[in-house]
Amino acid sequence: MERKTKVSAEDGKQDIMITREFDLALELLFRAYAEPELVEQWMGTKVLKLESKKHGSYQFETTDPKGNKHGFSGVIHEFIPNRKIIRTFEMDGVPFGVQLEITEFEKLTDDTSKVSMHVIYESVAQRDELLKLPFSYGINMAHNRLEELLKTLI
Amino acid sequence: MNLRRDVFQAIADPTRRAILLLVASQALTAGAIAANFGTARPTVSKHLQILTECELLAQEQSGREIYYHINAKKMKEVADFIEPFRQMWDDRFNALEAIMKAYKSNT
Repeated sequence: MERKTKVSAEDGKQDIMITREFDLALELLFRAYAEPELVEQWMGTKVLKLESKKHGSYQFETTDPKGNKHGFSGVIHEFIPNRKIIRTFEMDGVPFGVQLEITEFEKLTDDTSKVSMHVIYESVAQRDELLKLPFSYGINMAHNRLEELLKTLI
Repeated sequence: MNLRRDVFQAIADPTRRAILLLVASQALTAGAIAANFGTARPTVSKHLQILTECELLAQEQSGREIYYHINAKKMKEVADFIEPFRQMWDDRFNALEAIMKAYKSNT
């Protein structure tokens, strides 16, 4: 299968770029980011709060297979429908610091669109740790998905 | 035993991830590492053993003390580590696409 999602991480830099093209109209793609019930579905997380507006904030919570709850939260710095969301992202209770996410939405054709996520970390070391420890980063890294991933690596 | 699988199992544990982050900045003794955690010393020792066995941590003798440090060679295999990161986002975006296609046809 074609690799639709691309991750670009240059050595020695404290940011990464994630891009993905979708067979979805731009408005549909953006809606998946803006509406709590849709975010819950694709991110596999409970949305406790999502204020999709400038100076709004959000709080997500996932429950792992052992029943432990993990919180994620941030504030929304910019919210321009169908164009751009700038927000912070932080995991509660772990020493991974905060990251800045600049997400841009782009229309390709009437039925296709593209998302570009520019993620900036506090330091090169922190970025590298997070890249190297992908499971810690994952909101929806439930155990069964982890196992699926492990199967692909064996 | 598949080494890479061991690595990913090793880092699936939050305490071990925290240990790696702690040792990333400087080499530390088992005692100094344990002092950062609320868990019992033997528990931390077990984590250190697992991390050492899968070569994420290396031991270095300095006088009477044994210091643990990040095994740079292992950790520098960034490309290997980026792939699961990419896969995680790919899975997420695949879900987004499927959900929004269904959403569209329902409205």
